[in-house]
Amino acid sequence: MGDLVQVSNLRVVAGNDAGKPVPIVKDVSFSIPRGEVLALIGESGSGKTTIALTLMGYARPGCRIAGGSVRIDGAEVLDLNRDELTALRGCKVAYVAQSAAAAFNPSKTIIDQVVEVVLIRGLMTRAVAEAKAIDLFRALALPDPEQIGGRYPHQVSGGQLQRMMAAMALITDPALVIFDEPTTALDVTTQIEVLRAFKKVVKDRGTTAVYVSHDLSVVSQMATRIVVLRHGEVREVGLMEQILHAPEDAYTQALMAAARPARRHALSTVAVANPAPPLLEIRGLTAGYGRRDSRGVPCNIVLKNIDLQIRQGRTLGVIGESGSGKSTLARVSAGLLPPADGTVLFNGEPLAPGLTGRTRDQFRRIQIVFQNADTALNPSHSVARILGRPLEFYHGLRGAARDRRIKQLLDLIRLPVNIATRRASELSGGQKQRINLARALAAEPDLILCDEVTSALDTVVGAAILDLMGELRRELNVSYMFISHDISTVRSICDDVVVLYAGQKVESENHRPFQAPPYHPYTDQLISSVPEMRSGWLEESGAVQTPPYVDPVNCGTDLCCFLVRCPVRINGVCNVAMPPRVTLGNGNEILCHHSDADLRRLYSPSHMRTDLR
Amino acid sequence: MTQAAAPIATDKAVATSGLRRAGQFLMALPLSGMIGLGIVVFWLLTAVFGPMLAPYAPGAIVASDVFDPFSARNLLGSDYLGRDVLSRLLHGARYTVGLAFAAALLASITGTGLALTAAVSGRWIDEVMSRMMDALISIPSKIFALVMVAAFGSSVPLLLLIAAITYVPGAYRIARSLAVNLNQMEYVQVAVARGEGRVYISCAEVLPNMIHPMLTDFGMRFVFAVLLLSGMSFLGLGVQPPDADLGSLVRENISGLGEGAPALIMPAIAIATLTVGVNLFIDSLSRSRRTMGEV
Amino acid sequence: MKTTLVLIARRLGTAVVTLLLVSVVVFTISSLLPGDAAEETLGRNATPEAVAALRTKLGLDQPAHLRYLHWLGGLLSGNPGQSMANNLPVKDVIASRLPKSLLLAGLTTIVSVPLALLIGILSAMYRGSMLDRVLSLVTLSMVAVPEFLVATVAVLVFAVNLRWLPALTIVPENATLGEFLSAYAMPVMTLCFVIVAQMARMTRAAMIDQIGQPYVEMAILKGVRPARAVLTHVLPNAVGPIVNAVALSLSYLLGGAIIVETIFNYPGIASLMVDAVTSRDMPLLQACAMIFCLAYLLLVLVADICAILGNPRLRNQ
Repeated sequence: MGDLVQVSNLRVVAGNDAGKPVPIVKDVSFSIPRGEVLALIGESGSGKTTIALTLMGYARPGCRIAGGSVRIDGAEVLDLNRDELTALRGCKVAYVAQSAAAAFNPSKTIIDQVVEVVLIRGLMTRAVAEAKAIDLFRALALPDPEQIGGRYPHQVSGGQLQRMMAAMALITDPALVIFDEPTTALDVTTQIEVLRAFKKVVKDRGTTAVYVSHDLSVVSQMATRIVVLRHGEVREVGLMEQILHAPEDAYTQALMAAARPARRHALSTVAVANPAPPLLEIRGLTAGYGRRDSRGVPCNIVLKNIDLQIRQGRTLGVIGESGSGKSTLARVSAGLLPPADGTVLFNGEPLAPGLTGRTRDQFRRIQIVFQNADTALNPSHSVARILGRPLEFYHGLRGAARDRRIKQLLDLIRLPVNIATRRASELSGGQKQRINLARALAAEPDLILCDEVTSALDTVVGAAILDLMGELRRELNVSYMFISHDISTVRSICDDVVVLYAGQKVESENHRPFQAPPYHPYTDQLISSVPEMRSGWLEESGAVQTPPYVDPVNCGTDLCCFLVRCPVRINGVCNVAMPPRVTLGNGNEILCHHSDADLRRLYSPSHMRTDLR
Repeated sequence: MTQAAAPIATDKAVATSGLRRAGQFLMALPLSGMIGLGIVVFWLLTAVFGPMLAPYAPGAIVASDVFDPFSARNLLGSDYLGRDVLSRLLHGARYTVGLAFAAALLASITGTGLALTAAVSGRWIDEVMSRMMDALISIPSKIFALVMVAAFGSSVPLLLLIAAITYVPGAYRIARSLAVNLNQMEYVQVAVARGEGRVYISCAEVLPNMIHPMLTDFGMRFVFAVLLLSGMSFLGLGVQPPDADLGSLVRENISGLGEGAPALIMPAIAIATLTVGVNLFIDSLSRSRRTMGEV
Repeated sequence: MKTTLVLIARRLGTAVVTLLLVSVVVFTISSLLPGDAAEETLGRNATPEAVAALRTKLGLDQPAHLRYLHWLGGLLSGNPGQSMANNLPVKDVIASRLPKSLLLAGLTTIVSVPLALLIGILSAMYRGSMLDRVLSLVTLSMVAVPEFLVATVAVLVFAVNLRWLPALTIVPENATLGEFLSAYAMPVMTLCFVIVAQMARMTRAAMIDQIGQPYVEMAILKGVRPARAVLTHVLPNAVGPIVNAVALSLSYLLGGAIIVETIFNYPGIASLMVDAVTSRDMPLLQACAMIFCLAYLLLVLVADICAILGNPRLRNQ
């Protein structure tokens, strides 16, 4: 049969109008045998998406394919004229984009977009095409496959939309499908469903595919062959097993090391049962946005009845998917959002609910660090001004004393002093996040609220930031509230954890979190959804994780928030009353009707799963 | 590493980097932008120094005939009364450029100030102010000008006031949406969580990031003001004789239309080059910022 | 569907509130601020008794808010008072002029909107090409030229030099189609000049904004021709901003008409308003001003409603 795709000496340049062209893909060669899935792995700027797009003869505006050869089925793609390219795209090579929400036209129904190419080419009648689309929807495990196509993109969830985009790609039975980071924008529990659906259709149809990703664990579920890229160059090509178990290239090894969850911060030695009041304590917190009613309750409640504690020198992880209210928790603690109910205590003393009424010293002792360093640093200020302001504001430092302290801070975050005169736009992502952290440190705080601080960074850069945070904690004895959606990061640096779901605390764990089951059913789902870096994991986890389909239950406000998605809900119990808080044998406190013994029994097959370290 | 506290950023370094930035900015301009900038600079200089260079007094009747063509004595010919067109043009440019510039500046500053106030104040103040601005913007600029002139009679200060009030709502809208977006930025949230006051946040965190777009907007308002004021003068409701701006010059010499007199053509060209020049410059500005942002 | 109606109702409500605020502004500027109209009408030498009598007659002795309400009531009931200049009811004066203005605006709209959309969409489709650059430069310059200049040059060229068209727009009764068209050619051309450029630029910007969206790249990558992608994918999403651009530009017609009607001596409502300014005929002036503001608000309202109906996110939630 031979190779379907042969790429040799491919070069792509980015040419700006004035300057000379900058190479972004340099002499890349690889081939894909028929029926195989090849992964393009790399961090941002590695050129992985650019390479994938050249397989369709496409370069993004501002880029140009400068040379080399791309052969599909023996035919040279780069020699095709415009009409031939249009014929190639969609029919022979199809594309699944990263963000389905952006890649679907918001003003047309999904089915219209799925069958569009087939109708333009006149490959099938509309009725046949729609029937085929419905078959694909079914194969991709979409709910209500007959009707769902009639909706508009904003009316279905992100995971569903991503699968419908796969249906759009597969409707012409293309020889090659390109998946461009198709699950990166999804929550981890959604990602696993989408991956499973993708894997099934690719396997059933024997499709040849290219899977572009930065995530080795995801790739190891999908691909048989890997190309590791960095700065537009191929670092290593090999079969999946070889790359996973015996990477030869130093960069691949570094990538693997950063991706393997390891304990990064030593556990705090401070005992949980310390008699001193906790640094931060939140009691019965309810908060939200929007218009407030007569009792001061906002119409859109984001957090409900939250209790938590952070002790001096410890790191509390707050984990949950997008929309679970974890960022709101940081905003309330910092005073940016006054709570509707409940109190926030600092060192045992209640803090004013909003900004007014907090003293400057209280402001100083709680600092907040945001996710996106691009928007967290004022683009019109220099680094010296960004770091100098809190020094001046809290400590009254001016002139030489301030400059000296700025130097010390830069030293502390391992950045050279000459960076002080630069503006944020001149720094790299990792440098920006370090400055972001240093600004918080300048206040000499007791507690730093970290909102997804590593999510926007590449794995290796993010790992370095986590290491830095660990050193700072040891040297300065600060505490962190570490907000994240990434369970392996939380596991590797946190002493205690709370799990949020739909604004409620469903579980809290003290000391070495996520080490010993049983857990709350949602936590269990979270843990078991994180892909492992080995092939075959998806199939195994799939065998355990088949949520039984239960009749939709009426989800009132005073029922368990996880009821609709819970795989172990009890009819007549869970849909009748609010669950109690239960302390399990391992010390974890969960919001569930199940007892310790129930959970152990229900999740017994999960003992077969390898221990997630 | 030395322990001595060397100053981190000297003024000199900042100044040179500012010059370098300006140089880079000029080099990044496309040809049309450079032409536009040239025209803008020319007219600004004319407005400042023009009257000093005028060969005759603007009101003096110096030519023997009316609607003279170009000649050595009257470079741009003579007008309907036999006055020197060049001298009248140089004086008129000061009115047109000066009035429009002052009005646009007043409008931009007022609009920006009100927008910042609205953005950091409570919902009520914001709502009331935005409603008022919506109402003002619904009165077409020329209609507003006509009502004002009918009520108070035309005068230079009134024209300035009219043009300024007319363009405040537009500047306010742009500035407010900028300020509201910037307020959501995480660096502003960090400053709020640091305990900073509203004035510091507005002036130090938000305002510096509004200046670029507001300057572009200022250029647009300037063009609009030139068009409005010369239109009013053309109707005979703008700058009143014996003073004259470029629009008045077109109006008073309209009877030279049949013979294509320079007295009519020259002020017309002057207005067109001024507004087209500013437009070219602004357009290239936003375009070059876009390409610079992409890199 | 219900949410759509609520949205539209809310827009309507906002428009009504804005119109009321506008009327307050207009009335305040034209009636309250300038001082005593009675004193001014009778001159400095009038006896205090005569002034007081006129004041009572004009209702100026009443408090400001009552005068405003009285005036507003007149406007709403279709009777905005007597024109001071020719002592006819304002209603009748306007009624004789308004159709002419609407005719001019209608003709301009028919010519300018298709032309502008064509230019805007073409230059967006061929962005960066020679065609786009030329069109861009031309429209950029056209936007910045005052309409009295366009009108003057047009008269110079077409009426004075070429003698093709009449310099004044006077349509004889029972005019033939040819006479009608040649009479309207220059005013319509002048008005189109600026608003075509404005609309075309805004249309282009709206289209290009959408062309940069990922769904357009996706359409190209699934094998849709670029031209087809622009027409079937981009255009439906750009309808909202384009309609908005059209409304804003058409509202510019209102101001532009003042100059054009004056130059071509066209008996429309805008030249009527200029006359009212020179003769300080306040009731007429106020009524004209309110008509212009109403026209502006109606245009914006229609554009908003089109944007709501064109967006499925707002249409069916």
